Amino acid sequence: MAKQAVGGGVGASESARSSPGLGSRVSELMLRQREASIFLVAIALAVYFQSSNSAFLSSGNIRSLSEFTYATAIISTGLVMLLICGEIDLSVGQAYGFAPIAMYLADQTLVLPVAIVVGLLATAVIGLINGVATVYLRVPSFIATLGMFFFLGGVNVILTDGFPKTAPSGSFLTEILGGADWSGIAWCLVIVLFMHILLNRTRWGLHTFATGGNPVGASEAGVKTARIKVGNFMLCSALGGFAGLLDALRIGSIDPLAGGPNIMFFAVSAAVIGGTALAGGTGTVIGAFLGTVVLSIMQNGFSLQGVSAYTFNVILGIAILTAMTLNVYVGSLRRSGRG
Amino acid sequence: MAQNRQEDDAAVAPEALRAEGIVKRFGALTALSGVDLHLQQGEVLGLIGDNGAGKSTLIKTITGFHRPDEGQMYVDGKPVTLRSVAQARALGIETVFQDLALISELSVYHNMFLNSELTLKPFPLLNNRKMKERAKQYIDDMGVNIPSIDTQVGRLSGGQRQAIAVARSVYSDARILLLDEPLAAMGAKEGAMILDLVQKLKNEGRVSIILIAHNYSHVFEVCDRVNLLQHGRISYDKPTSESSVEELTELVVAEYRKARTTS
Repeated sequence: MAKQAVGGGVGASESARSSPGLGSRVSELMLRQREASIFLVAIALAVYFQSSNSAFLSSGNIRSLSEFTYATAIISTGLVMLLICGEIDLSVGQAYGFAPIAMYLADQTLVLPVAIVVGLLATAVIGLINGVATVYLRVPSFIATLGMFFFLGGVNVILTDGFPKTAPSGSFLTEILGGADWSGIAWCLVIVLFMHILLNRTRWGLHTFATGGNPVGASEAGVKTARIKVGNFMLCSALGGFAGLLDALRIGSIDPLAGGPNIMFFAVSAAVIGGTALAGGTGTVIGAFLGTVVLSIMQNGFSLQGVSAYTFNVILGIAILTAMTLNVYVGSLRRSGRG
Repeated sequence: MAQNRQEDDAAVAPEALRAEGIVKRFGALTALSGVDLHLQQGEVLGLIGDNGAGKSTLIKTITGFHRPDEGQMYVDGKPVTLRSVAQARALGIETVFQDLALISELSVYHNMFLNSELTLKPFPLLNNRKMKERAKQYIDDMGVNIPSIDTQVGRLSGGQRQAIAVARSVYSDARILLLDEPLAAMGAKEGAMILDLVQKLKNEGRVSIILIAHNYSHVFEVCDRVNLLQHGRISYDKPTSESSVEELTELVVAEYRKARTTS
């Protein structure tokens, strides 16, 4: 027992090869530790930035940290579901921009609550199209959603004539949905908890793992893999749209160029750093959330220090490569453990 | 002739399953060209045939995975048209596929309850505690030795995985069980364990079984009757007591020689 827990590094990989099962036990331990280790990284980064600039943990900066975090974190929880299925949505950043625009247009003729629902439904339809293209037309999701990425990016600009619009404000609903301080991160935490339960405690989540882990086997067992995938595309897109709504109502402006590739790649990075395998079959919502927190702390901390965005990108690149290498390493440990 | 056979069978035991004239094509390829097959209540039927004879296609058609292009199936004497695996399951038809349909990343108990999960009604949350309890009981009943019910299936040996797959089917209230070459990738000891299990199920009489096998001697060990599938048709149907490994081998070899001389 102690041997398994302690034996890291070379010793662990050797014994993994000699005795089947141990390798995957080690990899499981590492995956479970992944969440804990990212948490520790977040703490260490916070301590470091606080020591170099006492403004880091001021209430004002913590609020802006939360504002850096929540939208990306909400998107990354949706992406985790898709990545576990073995799919990806590159257009989710455009759904983030599209939902507020659809809401804005609907708000011209309908009441606000209905307009908000319209915005969310519009993004769910985007997810439905992505899902149908991937599952039924058999276009790889990387390509299908790349097409949707360009299409929706253009639609967002056309629908607004390229000019930012003023977002509805001043009502109870707009305050709850992003307007009030801390409302964004509150929604984020509720969604993270909900998605964590959905993934780990419901049939939908179990079937999501099954769909990504062994698509043929899952469908032979009667799992409706097509429905699972399409549903997760819709969920991911709608979560992207919801994140966009929260941001638009917080900022008070609907920007046709909001979101896009930046927030999508951050969300993918967060999921990957959080231990989700791009090949499907494994992943955690909590890991993706913590991954976003780490990215936000780095981005915010470095900008407080006056480090340029380019330096931040270099560090982000190294972080992703390290995380991916670790994923591959863990994956090969598991395979050797299968023996 | 078919009418007579049906009447004879009715006198012995009611029919669990009957397939008549099942045809399945994949594009230009005809995998099944009119399969007639029947399975009595509580019977163990051995289905043998060489590679490419259509065994797996037949199994997947009976379990609703493929839809036949022609033909009619009957369950308990009633005509049925299977549209999905779920519908076949609802009728009590369960399969252990050759590739086992197990998910390596999931635990033993989640695999055992895959797609028939227990939930904490009225909440849509998984009842993991109850699934663990039951899965453990099933595994113990079968005498399968695994490290723990929480173990990821990917960590188990081939035989253990097979046993999990069989246990999953047996304990999901199956009345008609199809075992697609359950002994294919198994050591002698684990193979014997599975054959014992089939024997046990047969003695209990609670399921009717179609055992697809490559190895003829396995069929004669546990089956009541043997069917030979050749070129998408059942070409031979006899009780095992009136047949022998030698006779079947001869038939298959003769068929091979004939095919070779005509081609």
